[in-house]
Amino acid sequence: MSSKTRIVITGIGLTAPNGNSLPEFRGNLLAGKARIAEIDVRHMGRHPAGVCDFDATKWQKRKELRNGTRVGSISIYCAREALGDSGLVWESVDKSRVGVYLGITEHGNVETENEIHNISQFGFDTKYWTHHHNPRTVANNPAGEVTMNMGITGPHYTIGAACAAGNAGLIQAAQMLQLGEVDLAFAGGVSESIHTFGIFAGFKNQGALGAHEDPTKASRPFDKNRNGIVISEGGAIYVLERLEDALKRGARIIAEIAGWCINSDATDAVLPNPERQAECVRLALKRAGMRPQDIHIVSTHATATALGDIQECTALREVFTDCPGTYINNTKSFIGHCMGAAGALELAGNLPSFDDGWVHPTINIDELDPECALPGLVINQAVQAPRLEAILNNSFGMLGINSALIVKKYGVA
Amino acid sequence: MTKEDIKQVVLDIIADIAPDENLSAVKPEVRLRDQLSLDSMDFLDIVMELRKKYGIEVPEADYVQLASLDSCAEYLFPKFQAKGSK
Repeated sequence: MSSKTRIVITGIGLTAPNGNSLPEFRGNLLAGKARIAEIDVRHMGRHPAGVCDFDATKWQKRKELRNGTRVGSISIYCAREALGDSGLVWESVDKSRVGVYLGITEHGNVETENEIHNISQFGFDTKYWTHHHNPRTVANNPAGEVTMNMGITGPHYTIGAACAAGNAGLIQAAQMLQLGEVDLAFAGGVSESIHTFGIFAGFKNQGALGAHEDPTKASRPFDKNRNGIVISEGGAIYVLERLEDALKRGARIIAEIAGWCINSDATDAVLPNPERQAECVRLALKRAGMRPQDIHIVSTHATATALGDIQECTALREVFTDCPGTYINNTKSFIGHCMGAAGALELAGNLPSFDDGWVHPTINIDELDPECALPGLVINQAVQAPRLEAILNNSFGMLGINSALIVKKYGVA
Repeated sequence: MTKEDIKQVVLDIIADIAPDENLSAVKPEVRLRDQLSLDSMDFLDIVMELRKKYGIEVPEADYVQLASLDSCAEYLFPKFQAKGSK
């Protein structure tokens, strides 16, 4: 297989705090509707969080739900919905040629905390520790649950990539399709992080946990008074195929993967490095054979931390000079930070732009931080754009992992 | 606790760990695995719930005693009695 083999998206399934399908999610993004709730976090009281309300029993038996994990359930829902969206006739698909590649920020914290809490009720006697712990916490759990639910016998694993994981899952799948390892891939990112207090406590003690008296305003990237991250759960899984296969079966092609890059800061565990971010974006553009002017939407990673947002803006300002046709937005202002799912969800919410001609905004900006005042930033109201044919999706994560994924409208040179 | 009570205890545990199963017609003399979709992890769940809810230990060598509701009742009856007399 050549690295020039073209890879296309032919199905999307998702659950976000403000939508359990792409049309619902997109509708709320265009309408400026955030959905963040206050939840009880073990040991920590109430905090804003993005909670998904998909019907888990739609695709799983109750026993599967009892024995599996929350992120496994999110993954199964998204994969099944993506399959439905793809128009594939599942019965005639060779399951040994299907791969599942899911990005995760972390996995196992939820189940481990739950079990420590469980045995605390029994004087920390480990004979009360569940035998389900290991299958629930192995790092491949979410992807493995998908294969068991759907009878997929090809490869499955997760890609641990901090908050760059959503992009990383898609990139991994594209590479495996190009290599000919599989003929069809379910790929994206998933997260259950709102169920682990450790993530909340870690961000809080880092001074990076967002708060606001109105939970729907707690996540406000680029606002001068932003005060940190709102943690959310969610998932977005795509059906990816080689273009030739998609054409052969007459599939509806949603978009084409045009290029990507993953690189590393190699500087700090938590502080982003705009120089490396800019390098990442430039290399993705180069691999896509595109100029900055060819990108019409930049879907930013910005998480509403004081420094992180400025660093990303610094990187974007450096790359996207003199790009009047480039719009910039952010999805976390609606749904918080879906961690491992963030990149995959944020891309999904922007993809309908190719058809509807709108760019969804970044909301919750009451006072724009001058250091984040990028040209093209779409603030609070969706805008119609004359030309929407390519999206650059940024996702960055701890330990200095950067990812940039470019998708383009199919049929555009 | 009678042997019939013990059978109900086990059935209640199974209702939790296998919520999709119809337990209304479980035959007490027939092996549970032959009439319900239960695997080895499910039997470990039964052992764990007996431990957590009733403080009853079932050593690994005795797991075969949990094969049917009848054998559960026979095996667990003295253990429940011992618990009750404390």
